[in-house]
Amino acid sequence: MRNTLTTTLIYLFLIIFGFTMIVPFIWMLSTSLMTQNEFNKNDSIFIPKEEYHVWKDGGTEHKVVLVETKGQRAVIHVLDAEGQISKEYEEYKEVPAKEVKLIRKKPSFHFENYVKAFNKVPFATYFANTIFVSIVTLAGVLVTSVLAAYAFARLDFKGKDFIFYLFLSMMMVPEPIYIISSYIMLDKFNWLDTYNALIIPWCVNIFTIFLFRQHFKSLPQELFDAASIDGCSTFGMLTRIILPLSKGVIATAAVFSLIGSWNSFMWPLVMTDRPELRVLQVGLSYFNQEASTQTTLLMAASTFSILPILIIFFIAQKQIIASYAKAGLKD
Amino acid sequence: MKTKRKIEPYLYLLPALLLLLLFRFIPIIMSFVISFFKFGVTDFGEFQGFANYSRLFADKEFWQSMMNTLWLVLIAVPASIVLPLIFAQLLNQIKWLSGFFRTIYFMPFVTSLVAVSIVWKIIFSEQAGLANTILQWLGMKPQLWLAEPRGIFTLLFESMGVTIPAWMGGPSLALFSIIIMTVWKGLGYNTIIYLSGLQNISKAYYEAASIDGAGKLRQFFKITVPLISPTTFYVLLMTTIVSFQTFAQIYMMTDKGGPLGTTKLIVYYIYEKGFDKLDMGYASAAAIILFIVILGLTLLQRRLESKVNY
Repeated sequence: MRNTLTTTLIYLFLIIFGFTMIVPFIWMLSTSLMTQNEFNKNDSIFIPKEEYHVWKDGGTEHKVVLVETKGQRAVIHVLDAEGQISKEYEEYKEVPAKEVKLIRKKPSFHFENYVKAFNKVPFATYFANTIFVSIVTLAGVLVTSVLAAYAFARLDFKGKDFIFYLFLSMMMVPEPIYIISSYIMLDKFNWLDTYNALIIPWCVNIFTIFLFRQHFKSLPQELFDAASIDGCSTFGMLTRIILPLSKGVIATAAVFSLIGSWNSFMWPLVMTDRPELRVLQVGLSYFNQEASTQTTLLMAASTFSILPILIIFFIAQKQIIASYAKAGLKD
Repeated sequence: MKTKRKIEPYLYLLPALLLLLLFRFIPIIMSFVISFFKFGVTDFGEFQGFANYSRLFADKEFWQSMMNTLWLVLIAVPASIVLPLIFAQLLNQIKWLSGFFRTIYFMPFVTSLVAVSIVWKIIFSEQAGLANTILQWLGMKPQLWLAEPRGIFTLLFESMGVTIPAWMGGPSLALFSIIIMTVWKGLGYNTIIYLSGLQNISKAYYEAASIDGAGKLRQFFKITVPLISPTTFYVLLMTTIVSFQTFAQIYMMTDKGGPLGTTKLIVYYIYEKGFDKLDMGYASAAAIILFIVILGLTLLQRRLESKVNY
């Protein structure tokens, strides 16, 4: 009996915590489907429902904003197709109150916000840039990390420990420390405002090297001895023994790298200026300034910008969470 | 054959080593060098010794951003340790839906800071924001949130009718709003790390304690907390370092670190001096100070860890 009570309490807490974690996302989604008017009026928090007044002017109906009713008369703004106050009519128009009706549509989802937001600034370009940069960076990271980790895990050479600690010490230095000097250096290379600046400096990842090294070290020595007897070259051992046995860890590193590139912000913000080169996060930050009052469009843009990563996450959530847990514990 | 063997390992290392030297090692060293020069947009000006540093130490804005950052670290880091440990402890007790909860908790961690900053900025907006709507449901006064420069302690005591001196005000409500969002973003990751730490603790300890008649709460403080301490040190170190680097939230959610500079954090300060005011030597000096602080804290935590070793 006591056990059932404890379990119920545990689930209750977990549900409350879970709700707190997810509420911003739910709100983002629901707000992204409202009209701006609905959001401003703030009477439909989670379920988009539209309410507006119409004025029946003979045969035609106009969307209007009801300002006030004075007995039998109603003061209205007549709206045009864009939702702005129409210029065809006087700003404060008085009509008989019975000609104005409240229309309630419930629930109504305004998916057109997504189209509007997507077309307002060149999000297609931003997406293309982000995908391009993420994938090329991923390829670079995998190649450099596999090679370096192989040397650290399986080969003997002079200065191995020294180089290893050099790598280790650089891993702990945060990006803001060297972003200014990197900017100056990339300026000297004439790389500012090019894809080079976004890709090449990130084609190496010390953490991935360590992740791979750990895994390569754990492979049984017998495999390599046998291959050596068969006359397999050093490079052959990497491609024929190690890589086929490392699919899991490579997939883990790939996901970390993709999420990292997709979400990186400060570097591309500083290193690029041309709109054609903007990655998604930088584009979104400009959109945040340009459309600061258009809440529903901002929410729509936020939603579609996190969607690709969320889809990857939901498809492989079990493996992704396990990878983060494992990588975090290793030290 | 012999020479080939000797060179070969370095060839494997070469791509990573070259990139690291060029894009990490040299820039880190350059940061030090630049901090001693007057530096315009493109080129070295004159060498000026510690002038950038003495200017920095005399700058009230620099100290304010250091203080703001310190508040963020002092509040966000303990919250990011205690809450995840509780979440993980609860998650560890259940089987059914455990994966579902983990997924939900982890979601904020994988989504982009820029996008969730937009969402939280709107949550905290004065009109029609979710935060104020919830306060109204609870029958409380709406707040200015991100636009509120007054300290949280000032507001708290004010609501009880007590006025406290300005220096006791604490971080502004604006900064506190940023802290709430920052903690929310990182909770899932720390929870997962704690959960795998908890699963590594042998059940035998708890069984022995149960036989000795120790209650659940006692077991938590006497067994779980000490045995999980290596994980706690890892979480402490990572969260501290990440908190010191907070940037995107400030850039997205505030007006240049406002109101009244109360949300200006040190990395935003570096960004502003370096890339807005183009005073790169000066900004580098601030970056070096940040580097020293982070390095110092890392070493301190390492020492503490070796002392409190179970």
